[in-house]
Amino acid sequence: MVTRFKGARISGVLAVLPENEYLYDEETKNFASPATRRLKKIMGFNKRRAAKSTTTSCDFCLYGIRHLLDNNLLKKEEIGAVIVLSVTPDYYMPQMSNIIQGELGLPNDVICMDISQACAAYVLGIYQAAMLIGHLPLDKKVIVCTSDVLCRKEPEWKLAEPSFGGDAATITIMEHSFKGEEIFANIYNDGTQREALIIHAGGFKMPRSPETAIPHDIGDGTMRSYNDLWMDGSAVFNFVQKEVPPMIREILQQAGKEKDEIDWYLFHQPNKFMLQKLAQRLGIPSEKMPMNIVETFGNSSGSCVGVNIAYNLGEKLLDHKYTCCLAGFGGGLAWASAVLDIGNLDFCQMIISHL
Amino acid sequence: METVYEILNSLRPEFDFKSSKDFIEDGYLDSFDVVSLVTELEDHFDCIIDALDILPENFNTVASIMNIVKKNGGKCEE
Repeated sequence: MVTRFKGARISGVLAVLPENEYLYDEETKNFASPATRRLKKIMGFNKRRAAKSTTTSCDFCLYGIRHLLDNNLLKKEEIGAVIVLSVTPDYYMPQMSNIIQGELGLPNDVICMDISQACAAYVLGIYQAAMLIGHLPLDKKVIVCTSDVLCRKEPEWKLAEPSFGGDAATITIMEHSFKGEEIFANIYNDGTQREALIIHAGGFKMPRSPETAIPHDIGDGTMRSYNDLWMDGSAVFNFVQKEVPPMIREILQQAGKEKDEIDWYLFHQPNKFMLQKLAQRLGIPSEKMPMNIVETFGNSSGSCVGVNIAYNLGEKLLDHKYTCCLAGFGGGLAWASAVLDIGNLDFCQMIISHL
Repeated sequence: METVYEILNSLRPEFDFKSSKDFIEDGYLDSFDVVSLVTELEDHFDCIIDALDILPENFNTVASIMNIVKKNGGKCEE
């Protein structure tokens, strides 16, 4: 569905990264092969950041929001709503937005909302915040948090196969705009392909148990337990290449933009090969579509787009404004994009946490 | 054709590709190998393989690989 919002703008973006950084060569040295070296080059794997084994999604969100409050980049009284998007909640109950509200001592009338969403989370968060801000008092802002800890580990833990996943959180502030700016967004879902990206165990359908932790061959020699993330790589690749280009063409048309009029295509970052093929299919010059997030930080699921904004545009966004096309695609399967102007922000930062 | 075999052998030297009737079915190539194969083919035959052509069935024999290279503008000699 294509949606158009007026009167909303992003006023700040913060990316929060884990302390521990892991080098691909170091992590794969015990099973290095020509294939792992080829993967490094083609997929753009180099290094990644993973949360410590006890860090939670909420820890990242709280770290980020406290950073904003402590540095006077946000005031508690400005917060009208907290939206958290994640597939790794601290608990099923209570929801993370309520934990954040309680930990920060926010008023009881702050709207708290958790949304379970994977790689499309950033765009969906913008979408939800743009819907909400129009109904809040003019002095209130919506805090959109994306946070996932799918890759938690300790430095001494050894991998059995290459990993390109990462952990991160982003905090994005949405506020009222009085300059007639518009946000165009479209979102698509295909639940019939839900098993292409799935963690079977951990919910009420298949609670985690010693049995679900046992790895077994899932058909191509790859060992996975039901506690792990399963990905049908070919199916996901083909889904992205088939569905994302028409979605982007549709949102550009809706926004009345030619593809050359977009300054930056800031997409989710599963791997470099997939992005290069996507850029080819869309006819977008690679310099307008940064592809360096997975090789620098790993694929942090719903936070990739926000990390992309903070890392690649950063301080430029304090005194410049760019027309951007955002896109996220993955678990669900879900795919979403947005065209909006981003710039003249109060802050656009990336911080390394102790988490 | 021989160039394609050379590329395949460089990717997975442990397999005899000439003895296989289906590289994917026989487990000679997995999805990551196909990605590597695509980039090697693009480099060797100076073409860009469309992402929608990157399907297992287009890489299961040398004939299908040559077809997909030709379809995408590569000059692939029989």
